[in-house]
Amino acid sequence: MTDLYQSQRAMRNMRRAAMQRGVIAILDVGTSKIACLVLRFDGPEQFREDGLGSMAGQSSFRVIGAATTRSRGVRFGEIDAMQETERAIRTAVQAAQKMANVRVDHVIACLAGAHPRSYGLAGEIEVQGSEVSEQDVARVLAACDVPDYGPGREVLHAQPVNFALDHRTGLADPRGQIGHRLACDMHLLTADTSALQNLLHCIKRCDLELAGLASSAYVSGVASLVEDEQELGAACIDMGGGATGLSIFIKKHMIYADSVRMGGDHVTGDIAKGLQVPMATAERIKTFYGGVVATGMDDREMIEIGGDSGDWERDRRKVSRTELIGIMRPRVEEILEDVRARLDAAGFEHLPSQQIVLTGGASQIPGLDALAARILGQNVRLGRPLRVQGLPQAATGAAFASAVGLCLFAAHPQDEWWDFEIPAERYPARSLKRAVKWFRDNW
Amino acid sequence: MRSLNAEEGRLAAPRRDPAPSRVAYRMHRLWLTPLFRSLLRVGLPAFLLAMAAGLWLSDPARRASLTERVADVSKSVQERPEFMVTMMAVDGASEPLANAIRSVVAVEFPVSSFALDLEALRATIEAIDAVQRAELRVRAGGVLQVDVTERDPALVWRTTQGLFLLDETGHTIAGLTAREARPDLPLVAGIGADAAAPEALALLAAAEPVAGRVRGLVRVGERRWDLMLDRGQRVLLPEVEPVAALERVIALDQAEDIFERDLTVVDMRSAKRPTLRLGPDALARLRGEEPRVTRAAAN
Repeated sequence: MTDLYQSQRAMRNMRRAAMQRGVIAILDVGTSKIACLVLRFDGPEQFREDGLGSMAGQSSFRVIGAATTRSRGVRFGEIDAMQETERAIRTAVQAAQKMANVRVDHVIACLAGAHPRSYGLAGEIEVQGSEVSEQDVARVLAACDVPDYGPGREVLHAQPVNFALDHRTGLADPRGQIGHRLACDMHLLTADTSALQNLLHCIKRCDLELAGLASSAYVSGVASLVEDEQELGAACIDMGGGATGLSIFIKKHMIYADSVRMGGDHVTGDIAKGLQVPMATAERIKTFYGGVVATGMDDREMIEIGGDSGDWERDRRKVSRTELIGIMRPRVEEILEDVRARLDAAGFEHLPSQQIVLTGGASQIPGLDALAARILGQNVRLGRPLRVQGLPQAATGAAFASAVGLCLFAAHPQDEWWDFEIPAERYPARSLKRAVKWFRDNW
Repeated sequence: MRSLNAEEGRLAAPRRDPAPSRVAYRMHRLWLTPLFRSLLRVGLPAFLLAMAAGLWLSDPARRASLTERVADVSKSVQERPEFMVTMMAVDGASEPLANAIRSVVAVEFPVSSFALDLEALRATIEAIDAVQRAELRVRAGGVLQVDVTERDPALVWRTTQGLFLLDETGHTIAGLTAREARPDLPLVAGIGADAAAPEALALLAAAEPVAGRVRGLVRVGERRWDLMLDRGQRVLLPEVEPVAALERVIALDQAEDIFERDLTVVDMRSAKRPTLRLGPDALARLRGEEPRVTRAAAN
């Protein structure tokens, strides 16, 4: 547990250092694209002079550089070919730096895959003294019994979502309140160590320092769910290229996150296989003519698929749009059904409000909301990320939900376990001796 | 139908990778570092410039030719007719003094005005005793204008070296061949008389009532004055406030005509005890008859 504390705290310190320098980079390593945004922090209300309040507290930063590049070497939201990914990250970072005209050293990254798994933790302690102090909060967080999440897993998020004091529950901040027994619920999200290590290594190879790591499902939920949805209960489904992340929010806290290892790239693959065309052509056809609900009109709309088979004279195949929809729809249905299964497993139907927000690049298929409404439930809407200052128009689409969410995460990270101080009795013994040794070794 | 070769060529050429190489990426980041950037944009050109100049100047022949060229150019500019001074005009000085100034200012005309050190010339001219103040400027038309204020002689000073003229501050102006050359000026004598010239002038002014009889002042021991009258009479004045003492003697003279009597010395060195020394006749008479003069002196 101490290791976890230390690595996450180191990242938090890095983030603080980056804040002081005023420039931080956001890196969304996705399956289909890698997006890099450069943020500049200038303090609150720097850009507003009309006296209006800030937009969700996100006016303290401004996007001064943005770049995306086609992702290479990433599959299912995990790094598959290190060299290729590293080159793609370099491309994106360099382009963003060039646009921003500053050098960035700190980066906050997110990744979609890595098998996220959610755990609900509970802990309970007797309050020392009459009032709940910071130390008590730290103790109750430490008292949460950590489940055996197995080897090769790493804790990505550990957020206290609820505090209960004696008979009152639903406290957001119990500090200073009077009571005897303090209990807390914590949401723990773990991910595969190897995937995280690969990402870390890639970022390190690009001479960048990692200042934070987040799950893509979480940050896209932060970006696309409006405040009421986060408060009342909603699920954000981030349909990316290689993985579809889902996160459930209630009372402004994420309580569940998972990912389905299917996404838009699989739809493209199906089209490529079904129509016998290269992947690039299939992607183009999907983007221009794709859909999931066929109508009579679509029978007459013929699409030239232009298979680049080298036989330019005879390979002039055409398909109707209905055929294309017939290929795409089963895969999209499969993804959504998988998502439905995960939501059911998480007990989403017990939430008071069951809003579902679809976001991510693959959510832009026309007619998806109708299809999703049939599979997931009635309250489905398509979500776009929040607007942040300075973001180029090209980067405001649903595909950039997790990048924008990372911006918000960078500006206002949620309190996590490691943001509270380590309870006094958990300090390792002879820590002073170790500090002295560290000094002797390093100075 | 496309040619087979072109097709092959197209297949052989790999798609260009948009990713920057590791080195290019690092160089770009380095270039975006502010310190490095300013160093490269300001420091490097400055260094190269200094380096080139240094290398070029490291050859002594080049250095010599450079200095020669610079000297040539500056000379050609300085010797333009606009900057040439052709003559000197001395105003405010008598003929012999003007001649002396001309002989002191050893400048070969015509000369460039850049070559004239007016301050040094002024110092040279003011070093002449008879010159109190000199003002030099280069007038339009290439004339070196010298405005001189002469010292006015106020005293004649007799020393063992001869006669000198002094101005009212005691500054020596010139030698004098004979006392008769300047009979209008009062005479002072003694070592250090020039240093106390203002006091001497004040004493002479105070001695105005007996001006016809004054022969001069003698500085005694470089500290006090003796007023010399004709007939060998002498007034010994004190070190401090000699004018007051002299006025007292003059008042005595106007009341009692003491200078008309037979006495040789009026000693005023001690204000509490003025003393008279009688002449030999008076002394003899004093010993035979009533003592008139001593009573008067006691007053």
